[in-house]
Amino acid sequence: MTTLLYDGSFDGLFTAIFEVFEYRYRDVEIVNRERFHQKNIFAETHEVITQTDKSERVLKKLEQNLGKQGVHKFLKVFLSEDSELEKVILSAIKQSVKNPDKNILENYTDTNIMKISKICKSVDRESHRMTAFVRFEKMQDDIFFSKIDPDFNVLPLIRKHFSDRYQDQKWMIYDLRRNYGILYDLETSDFFYPEEKLEIKNYQDKFHDEEKNYQTLWQRYFTKTNIVERKNLRLHVQHVPKRYWKYLTEKW
Amino acid sequence: MNFDRLKEKLEILADAAKYDVSCSSSGGTRKNKKGALGDSSVSGICHTYTEDGRCVSLLKILLTNHCIYDCAYCVSRSSNDIKRAAFTVEEAVDLTINFYRRNYIEGLFLSSGIFKNADTTMERLVRVAKKLRLEENFNGYIHLKSIPGASDDLMQEAAMYADRLSVNIEIPTESGLKLLAPEKNRQDMISPMRYIQKGIIQYQDEKKILKKVPKFAPAGQSTQMIVGATNENDLQIIKVADHFYKNFNLKRVYYSGYVPVLEDNRLPSLTTEVPMLRENRLYQSDWLMRFYGFKAEEILDPNIPFLDLEVDPKLSWALRHLDQFPVNIQTADYQMILRIPGIGVKSAQKIVSARRFQVLNLDHLRQLGASVNRAKYFIDFNAGNPFLKYLTHQNLKKLLMGGRSSKFHNQFSQQLTLF
Ligand code: SF4
Repeated sequence: MTTLLYDGSFDGLFTAIFEVFEYRYRDVEIVNRERFHQKNIFAETHEVITQTDKSERVLKKLEQNLGKQGVHKFLKVFLSEDSELEKVILSAIKQSVKNPDKNILENYTDTNIMKISKICKSVDRESHRMTAFVRFEKMQDDIFFSKIDPDFNVLPLIRKHFSDRYQDQKWMIYDLRRNYGILYDLETSDFFYPEEKLEIKNYQDKFHDEEKNYQTLWQRYFTKTNIVERKNLRLHVQHVPKRYWKYLTEKW
Repeated sequence: MNFDRLKEKLEILADAAKYDVSCSSSGGTRKNKKGALGDSSVSGICHTYTEDGRCVSLLKILLTNHCIYDCAYCVSRSSNDIKRAAFTVEEAVDLTINFYRRNYIEGLFLSSGIFKNADTTMERLVRVAKKLRLEENFNGYIHLKSIPGASDDLMQEAAMYADRLSVNIEIPTESGLKLLAPEKNRQDMISPMRYIQKGIIQYQDEKKILKKVPKFAPAGQSTQMIVGATNENDLQIIKVADHFYKNFNLKRVYYSGYVPVLEDNRLPSLTTEVPMLRENRLYQSDWLMRFYGFKAEEILDPNIPFLDLEVDPKLSWALRHLDQFPVNIQTADYQMILRIPGIGVKSAQKIVSARRFQVLNLDHLRQLGASVNRAKYFIDFNAGNPFLKYLTHQNLKKLLMGGRSSKFHNQFSQQLTLF
């Protein structure tokens, strides 16, 4: 068994996959260096140095075989941060290289493919929920600020949605767990990676004067649009799982 | 802006609008322009859910709850002694924009009680939409209620600024409407719909020839029927829906279980329960017509004019047509696979893809996300299926109902996982 150690980046992973083929490794696992704890001292390790030309060659090949959508699925699996992401991606790519004329991602009876399909479904669901549950709060400096804490790393997947939608206001979405965010400054929307965690404890003090009013209006609206005679909390919680409540202004 | 007064108005006018269920934002096609606000995606987004489990995607308000009419089923009716309020055009616009900027909503659903007359009311609704589009550069979703009897000119203008328009049929039968809303007539409701429908067809024709034509109600029309306020049966309701889908190209027909809020001897008593399960069955039937290729006549019979409350309409159809089963999962065409109980549109598509790689068995179906507990009695596999011996079993229905974890799980809303 050979263990390929990569730096945890998307390109790193695909460089590693390139090298699996390059060095004709048979019995191989790919492991994120940060998560690597050597269990078997006799196992051989191979340090992967991220090289975008290698990763791009793999991605290009995959795009030929599986289309843009197929490649997008691998990205979603990567962003899921699933503990087996390297394994299922490698398995699918091996299958695709063997059967270049088939869309092996539709082979739903294969366990690894099915796992990819399941992960993609969960990631899609969460990015969709993020487009819904992000709540912007207007700050004194006119930036609309939102903090999120999703289970999967979905920021890269929702950037376009928000960039398309909000072009005439400055906004920022910040992932508390992963300590990075997107900032739109009326020109471009870019990722930013602060060196220290953003201090958000008393950020309410910096609210724009009108912010509290609109929050109250929204909370009143939320209460008033409910039909008491039809109350169904179980269904409510099913649609808005409790772990998302912390995002929601109406769930103050 | 007087915040306290605005808050009070919002409370009154959201409360009065809440019974209208036609509030999805799907079907929007408006792309944002550079530097402007808003974008409507085709599928729409539910930004939150009320405690009754219904999706909130639009700011749904009445412009006013003053009304000259006296429809028995409506809380805003003139003889009801309630607080009245009216938004100014500016207030409605301001709420929409500020809610949208905070990502609370996909847009606005604006309806109104009828004050003075149809045209005055319609004109005010149009002004809100116009201001949103032209002055605020807003490209989010706008749904306007067409006021029965509004003139063609105003409808024309409404369609230029709104994404969707709707007239609520409210009462499925003419006799019911006569009883509960004697001042209204079907013709007044239908004529604005007819006008918009013609406009949409003309717009589509022009679009084929010219590149740039102004948008005309791009998300189409919808309507709503109240269920259980009069004694109509389900067959009548489904027939009305079918008629509107076919003859008016409606995008959606909504069904709203009557919530008894008013004392009136023409109406069910205040203690009557909201017919939520019936409403749910109607939505399921509606899906069968729109996505599963079922015809209205297949769903209900004149002999049994009500939907079965125990089992969903697709299963009910299957139980009445056992001769069409078992369906061979490996060879049957997609349309027939769709008719297998327990298999939804997504699983059906996956089956058709996956069977090109492999001969499928029951485990595979489970993996694909089909509801195998139900499907297993109706399917044949190349390798055979031991459950088929129950297909002609007297107690098949019982067997199927016992196999469900929770009988009415997840069924009290229009946003459901169906089948
Ligand atoms: S016209 Fe509309 S608002 Fe007025 S009473 Fe009838 S249903 Fe209610």
